[in-house]
Amino acid sequence: MSMRTPLGSARGLGSAKTGLDHWWAQRLTALALVPLAVWFVVALVGHIGADHASVRAWIGAPVNAGLFILLIVATFHHAQLGLQVVIEDYVHSEALKLAALILVKGLAIVLGLAGVLAVLSIAFGGA
Amino acid sequence: MAEFTLPKNSKIVDGKTWPAPNGATNTKTFKVYRWDPDDDDNPRVDSYVVDLDSCGPMVLDALIKIKNEIDSTLTFRRSCREGVCGSCAMNIDGTNTLACTKFISEVKAEARVYPLPHQPVIKDLVPDQTHFFAQYRQIEPWLKADSPAPERERLQSVEDREKLDGLYECILCACCSTSCPSYWWNSDRYLGPAILLQAYRWISDSRDEAAGERLDELEDPFRLYRCHTIMNCTRTCPKGLNPAKAIAAIKQQMLARRV
Repeated sequence: MSMRTPLGSARGLGSAKTGLDHWWAQRLTALALVPLAVWFVVALVGHIGADHASVRAWIGAPVNAGLFILLIVATFHHAQLGLQVVIEDYVHSEALKLAALILVKGLAIVLGLAGVLAVLSIAFGGA
Repeated sequence: MAEFTLPKNSKIVDGKTWPAPNGATNTKTFKVYRWDPDDDDNPRVDSYVVDLDSCGPMVLDALIKIKNEIDSTLTFRRSCREGVCGSCAMNIDGTNTLACTKFISEVKAEARVYPLPHQPVIKDLVPDQTHFFAQYRQIEPWLKADSPAPERERLQSVEDREKLDGLYECILCACCSTSCPSYWWNSDRYLGPAILLQAYRWISDSRDEAAGERLDELEDPFRLYRCHTIMNCTRTCPKGLNPAKAIAAIKQQMLARRV
């Protein structure tokens, strides 16, 4: 039971003055993933039966490595933006919500970084 | 966390059946949600068999007939009986609509009549809309202008007036907001389709000078961006309006002032 006025609780803590960037980034990454995903699948199918060395050489070529990095970044950025929305929609305990958001965003950074570093190490002839 | 076990009053039991009056041949059963705050009972669904030969054509006519002739304890809001006041908004056959503009002939053999979903119930078909109207007050739904008032009315071109079509007709019945899953889960912070459509009505009014201020107040992950374009609002609106389109237009204007 709260004695707060209805207007007071409706206004709450006020506007966060943010939200557009998240919404716009989600749409832009979605748009970018259309050609990137098509390129990835087509290229992968084109390499059916190819040996390890030739696939490595293909990944390491500058344009392919660049597209791969864009694909990885766009995928994980888009995924964490979307999961953030799902968590904000459904998780109503503040502590649990914060923990889930940190976990999801941290996981996206770690996995995205692992993917990007793998591509770079192939591109620059690492092990 | 999402609630998987429902609170006590969510369990609805079978209630009384009120049989058809003697000699009635053309009848229809209305299964109506009943809940009384004055006893400890769970909500129940009462069945009323109504003689359609002595009843008006609308669901509201049937509810009024039930209250007048069968069970005077049935409680619901109604006023204009012509789709203008928005008082008789309720869930009929699973869809939020106005009882006064819904034909009895359009509903199933057993018409299920429930209050608007996911709102606190005051009694029977009467939801508590305090928060809904506080949210309406929050968007400051009045003309704001710093320019001094002209001697007569503030003029508006025909083209600018047309921009309000599809917005000014909203009667704030809350059918759309209470059909929106995002509003169900987050109505404490999300404004919902009805209030956002009303906000856009003022943002797009050529006589209003506070569009930027209004957008500032809406730029919030919860207030505006909980809309995920589910479109239940547009599908259910008894006035045939498109709140989802108005919300998309607000998002477009957010972007327009940045790029």
